[in-house]
Amino acid sequence: MDDVHAELARVIRDHAGRLTACLIRVLGDFAAAEDVMQDAIETALRRWPAEGVPDHPDAWLLTVARRRGLDLLRRQAVYRDKLARLDWPVPAEPDDRLKLIFTCCHPALPRQAQVALTLRTVCGLTTGQIAAAFLVPEPTIGRRITRAKRKITDAGIPYRIPSEHELPERLAQVLTVIYLLFNEGYLTSGGDRPQARDLADDAEYLAATLAWLTPREPEVLGLLALIRLHQARTAARFTPDGTLILLQDQDRSLWDHQAIKDAVRLLERAAAHHRPGPHQLQAAIIACHTEAPTWHDTDWTQILVLYDMLLRLTPTPVIQLHRAIAVRYVLGPQAALNELDRLATALDTSHLFHATRAELLRDLDRHLEAHAADRRALSLTANPAQHHLLTERLTWP
Amino acid sequence: MKYVLMFIETEEFARELAALDDDDRQAAYEAVGRWFAANAAKITHHQKLAAPHIATTLRLSGGDAVVTDGPFIEGKEVITGYAEIDVADLDEAIALVRTWPACPIVEIRPLT
Repeated sequence: MDDVHAELARVIRDHAGRLTACLIRVLGDFAAAEDVMQDAIETALRRWPAEGVPDHPDAWLLTVARRRGLDLLRRQAVYRDKLARLDWPVPAEPDDRLKLIFTCCHPALPRQAQVALTLRTVCGLTTGQIAAAFLVPEPTIGRRITRAKRKITDAGIPYRIPSEHELPERLAQVLTVIYLLFNEGYLTSGGDRPQARDLADDAEYLAATLAWLTPREPEVLGLLALIRLHQARTAARFTPDGTLILLQDQDRSLWDHQAIKDAVRLLERAAAHHRPGPHQLQAAIIACHTEAPTWHDTDWTQILVLYDMLLRLTPTPVIQLHRAIAVRYVLGPQAALNELDRLATALDTSHLFHATRAELLRDLDRHLEAHAADRRALSLTANPAQHHLLTERLTWP
Repeated sequence: MKYVLMFIETEEFARELAALDDDDRQAAYEAVGRWFAANAAKITHHQKLAAPHIATTLRLSGGDAVVTDGPFIEGKEVITGYAEIDVADLDEAIALVRTWPACPIVEIRPLT
């Protein structure tokens, strides 16, 4: 059954964004286009499992959307003619989908609405699927999407690709949304969620689409490489019962080494533009890990250099925390602990901060303090896999 | 589309402005004047408001109208002026506001 759902998800993802974008162009109305497309997707999710996926799923979806649209817009003669003339195959306008992504991720919309709207219009998820993925009640997601669509119309958020001087900032926004989505899927994918549809795959799809649409943007390639490098290690990240396995303990033969090579090539393509950015640097750091044959061969000095570059671009406490982990392997646990203790105020509610501190304290034989830090970390995470790992550590001497 | 820009001053900004010498303060005012002139084609009208302590607020709910001294919300951030603009969309409004040379907060609200 999971296979059927995964196949449906793939088919819908391949077509939903493109068709929605085309409907918006024809109708000139974001909310109306999005509504009829969602209706078609929901009909497909109801009927395809029993009837099978039609030969031309996009033609099928477009027919249902158009019929629904004609229903809804019976009284609006202008749209009616336009819709009636709309035929499959729809004219290919690759830029359409890019406009869609930029509209959904407009900075004037709240971040959570950007994520929900992107998943819904570009990836074709239903409100119910988004709610399940984020463990949020469906009406909450519904309200967020409704409010966002109303704001697009009422506040005059344009459906277009930003002009050249706005592009870097707006693109950064889009990349942040995609990476947020990926992290949500990536971190929780070990948990027991009744969800065949993986947000991590949706994020990879969005990054790949964006890379295809904007081939000369190194940060887009960097994000795609970053996501693929993470994805390539999926098979080694969890035990069969869903326990998280730390990078140092992972069976590296389970990694997808071909995918890693491909991702590193993507990263080299990005680097050729000589415009380093946070996603390229993060991907380069992961590449250092994935290219090392064993944990002990990890090039920590190189990783520390990359973190220093990253910190110059995005001086956040979380990056400093990760840099401190690299410091541990280059300069030793005491130096790393000193770095970490400077972040105590900023990261007091981060489970990773306390878990990392616990490890350093244990390295320094300060076991009582390590226990306290692990307990604090445990109280700060809801993820079942992390919960399990930290509970286990509390039984250590 | 028509939008109203609400120019919002902070206590810190007011202090900095007060601390400027006369020439610098004059230069700051002139920068604002130039901004209005440069965007005159998009600005339908605009006005600076008197200081919030001059404001009077009426609360009309619950029978008797209560008249009080001051703005409806006492805050460290206050609206000091507004401009109505007529531009294509929100992005054009944002682009316009990006070049605003004075107070540090501007709310963009569409007119219905």
